[in-house]
Amino acid sequence: MLRDISLHIHDLAENSISAGATLLKISLEAAGGILTLRIDDDGKGMSPEMLSRVEDPFTTSRTERKVGMGIPFFKLACEQTGGDFKIESELGRGTSLRGSFVIDNIDRLPLGDMGETVGMLIYECPEMHYIVTFRANGSEFVLDTDEVKEQLDGAPINDFEIVQWIKEYINEGVSNIFGGVLDEIT
Amino acid sequence: MKSLEELRALKAKVKNDMTLRDGADDTRVVVGMATCGIAAGARPVMNTFVEEVSKRNIKNVQVTMTGCMGLCRLEPIVEIIDKDGNKVTYVKMNAEKAARVVAEHLVNGHVVNEFTIGAVAQ
Repeated sequence: MLRDISLHIHDLAENSISAGATLLKISLEAAGGILTLRIDDDGKGMSPEMLSRVEDPFTTSRTERKVGMGIPFFKLACEQTGGDFKIESELGRGTSLRGSFVIDNIDRLPLGDMGETVGMLIYECPEMHYIVTFRANGSEFVLDTDEVKEQLDGAPINDFEIVQWIKEYINEGVSNIFGGVLDEIT
Repeated sequence: MKSLEELRALKAKVKNDMTLRDGADDTRVVVGMATCGIAAGARPVMNTFVEEVSKRNIKNVQVTMTGCMGLCRLEPIVEIIDKDGNKVTYVKMNAEKAARVVAEHLVNGHVVNEFTIGAVAQ
């Protein structure tokens, strides 16, 4: 199992990278006691047939092995709090998934290190356009890597020091938006 | 509160560090980052490689990621592939082991035998 929500996000984003996405939107929003994660990509998408089997752990696009646990684990992490999970996909257009967590449920995983998740994704796929959004209580934080790249003016976004800065920036956003909303974040 | 403007200052520093290389002779460090790898702790391993390579200013190494290598029980797995394609596979890695591999393998050129798949997966 994956220990926190940031690890799930990292794992789910790997699917978007494998699907050849160029745009990956990750959004976390807390409202009415529910934390909702949305991940939207413009990757190659899935056929209705694959989509119907994707929640089954004995489904995977990989050839090295016959199981794919990422989506089933995430679905379970949502549903065990009383939340729900939904995935939509269309061939050639991309995939969107949404999972919700009841924030005060004892089985709700902690958010984890979102800075680390985004930093890792930038190392892995620096060409991707990432838009990361956090929302709660009428406040919003956005990191758009196209805006970062504009500031960098040709310097590589996957440089160690730049990624360190982005990690801190993201984690500051997490504190500002989710501090006091998710009780593990001050 | 940090602002994106701060990146402009960092940019100058980063650009000075950049050297023109085609990367063809680089040694590649490949970290497995599928569900199995992430669950087993691949992130701190990856981080240690990136951080140590940067701190030590090692120029001829690229740290990259890959999916599942089909040996989930031995994750986190790291492959080090030299410019001639010779591959060493380290298994059941953690951050401390990664730091040792950087110092002994990447810097000094000695394979850390005790962490390799041959030594661990008996």
